[in-house]
Amino acid sequence: MKHKITLKINGESVTALVDSRLLLVHFIRENLDLTGTHIGCDTSNCGACTILLDGKSVKSCTYLAVRADGAEITTIEGIAAEGTNHPLQKAFHDQHGLHCGFCTPGMIMRSIDLLKNNPNPTEEEIRWGISGNLCRCTGYNNIVKSVKQAAEELQKESV
Amino acid sequence: MITPYINTYKIMIPSNFIYHKATSVKDAIALSQTHGEEAKFMSGGHSLLPMMKLRFATPEHIIDISKIDGLSYIKEDGDFLKIGALTTQSEMEHSSKIKENYPIFSDAIKLTADPSVRNVGTIGGNIAHGDAANDQPALMLAMRAIIIAEGVDGRRSIPIDEFFQGFYMTALEPTDVLVEIQIPKSKKGSGGAYHKVERKVGDYATAGVAVYLQLDNNGVCQEIGIGLTNVSAVPMRLERGEELLKGKKITEDLIEQVGVVASEDCEPTSDLRGSEAYKRSIVNTITKRMLHAALERAKK
Repeated sequence: MKHKITLKINGESVTALVDSRLLLVHFIRENLDLTGTHIGCDTSNCGACTILLDGKSVKSCTYLAVRADGAEITTIEGIAAEGTNHPLQKAFHDQHGLHCGFCTPGMIMRSIDLLKNNPNPTEEEIRWGISGNLCRCTGYNNIVKSVKQAAEELQKESV
Repeated sequence: MITPYINTYKIMIPSNFIYHKATSVKDAIALSQTHGEEAKFMSGGHSLLPMMKLRFATPEHIIDISKIDGLSYIKEDGDFLKIGALTTQSEMEHSSKIKENYPIFSDAIKLTADPSVRNVGTIGGNIAHGDAANDQPALMLAMRAIIIAEGVDGRRSIPIDEFFQGFYMTALEPTDVLVEIQIPKSKKGSGGAYHKVERKVGDYATAGVAVYLQLDNNGVCQEIGIGLTNVSAVPMRLERGEELLKGKKITEDLIEQVGVVASEDCEPTSDLRGSEAYKRSIVNTITKRMLHAALERAKK
């Protein structure tokens, strides 16, 4: 059985027919060709598939596409204008917050939600905040530094 | 219009089912009556959907109750704190009322899954799932919660001691929607605390203990509840431990005794998270620590 869904993704309205069991991450990657959202564990452990759904970080491997009807979704492709970097992207670059980069889109999407709720987090709060996103390369230290840098940058911007 | 994509390679997806969106509790109940026992309610879906992907659950119909209006709230009313079943774990976590007056929830939610899962997972779902590995059942037992369910014949109250009936089995009929959770309002002399040992963030508890108590002006324990996480097939209350403390001034010696009782009465099995003996040992330790923590909060 197909369901007609209409949602906004990175500002653009999309209408599609989806199966009941289609997962949101597959819809994003395969139907919309937005492959910046990764699939890591498929079991809501690793956070590689994290997106923003109505402004909140959500693991899109554990969310049915049909339930996103009417939602506003942001993926890593939609956080900054073409050719520019979001402060978090710049910070991950500056601080070497990635090695292989597989976890990075999810880390950044999660960190956007974290910094929205807590604009000036302590190191411990950052570590708890990204605790649902696994990185197998960096040992997290540079990721934490990246989030810290972005927090400072975003606060300067908002002044 | 985008054409549907047909998956041709192996990926982890649930088996086929038909999705229904409920627009009200009555609508959800009616849908459930139509589709019978093959239908399951889904709120956050962060317990159910992983089970479906692993084919541990294969419902033929999913009734999505997450879009129902009016079931997301945290309010004090009369003698109770009333929590709407669709309140997410994140909403609980960030609620100033919870942080200030019900720190036992903050203890538990910080250790439940991770922030993104908590953005979707609901408090009602965590209880209705009936899983002794979930954190909320132990809190509900300790606080002697009342579960409000709405079914074909309207609303009814279910005392928590009658709620958990077996392995993933609760007092909810297939057509019942858990709509509200009521716990005693925080007052002078009351205090609660929860901790679980977990191997890593997001894991189920190796073991967990919730303690909620009420002291009178002389420091005598009037009410006491102790709930255990993931050390039995059905969420369990530590009755023998509660009896030791009720009506007494809680001393170091009594706390020691309750720790021993907890390690004796819990029913853990050896698995990847640890041996039975190890789990009994940590239940003893966490029980004592949570009694201390709850006492300290009650005396504030």
